[in-house]
Amino acid sequence: MKVEISSEKVEAGFLMRLKGDVDMNTSPDVRGGLSDVFKQGGSGFKALFIDMSQVRYMDSSGIATLIEAMQTCMKQGVRLRLVDLSPPVRDVFELARLAAVFEIFPSFSEAATKL
Amino acid sequence: MSGLIVLSVPSHPKYLYVIRSTLYPLVLDAGFGKKEASKIILAVDEACSNIIKYAYEGDHAKTITLTVTVDAGRIAIQLKDAGKQVDVSTIAPRKLDEVRPGGLGTHFMGTVFDTVEYDTTQGTGTVLTLVKEKK
Repeated sequence: MKVEISSEKVEAGFLMRLKGDVDMNTSPDVRGGLSDVFKQGGSGFKALFIDMSQVRYMDSSGIATLIEAMQTCMKQGVRLRLVDLSPPVRDVFELARLAAVFEIFPSFSEAATKL
Repeated sequence: MSGLIVLSVPSHPKYLYVIRSTLYPLVLDAGFGKKEASKIILAVDEACSNIIKYAYEGDHAKTITLTVTVDAGRIAIQLKDAGKQVDVSTIAPRKLDEVRPGGLGTHFMGTVFDTVEYDTTQGTGTVLTLVKEKK
């Protein structure tokens, strides 16, 4: 099982989209995708949005990857905003009690307008 | 209704999806709802990831054997490895208010399953038994 990662430049920063399974096998790919975004953006962007509507499965390695991304964002003064969590992602967030840790929005338009 | 399924998979993370997709319909067959089934699958997946990371120390050429017993309203999953034995006294979930990467797998297993038992009396490896009954 693979994860498809795409990212695009948006007004406030970058929008990354994840599609597929984020598990122990594919989390390194997601880390790589995030690293590319941070390299590309340097310190000159305000926000990183991650659209998770197409994530079919996520385990604790996926959560660890998101926490690492949050820590990198905090160091660089970038807002990390998670967008449209799929039901499996919502379930794992609920189990890990992470809903209050991340900024989560139902849509990209809402995440982008409330900066 | 009762069934016994044995599944052996290589200890490579790329095969975790095979475990997930095999177990999911079995958990539904046992009478669990989709949301609960997803949590059960997640917890088993975490147990397998821990076997790959800690028991086999990243060696992808080993085997994980799952024995699944399905009854009405109950599922029992036994995971057997032949790797480094777990020191049961050191296994503990991390505090959830410590926001940091890692350490959640044990929390998921303990939260989702009614029984989480490690058996290291086999000589080599560990047998982990996970049991969930429908409330």
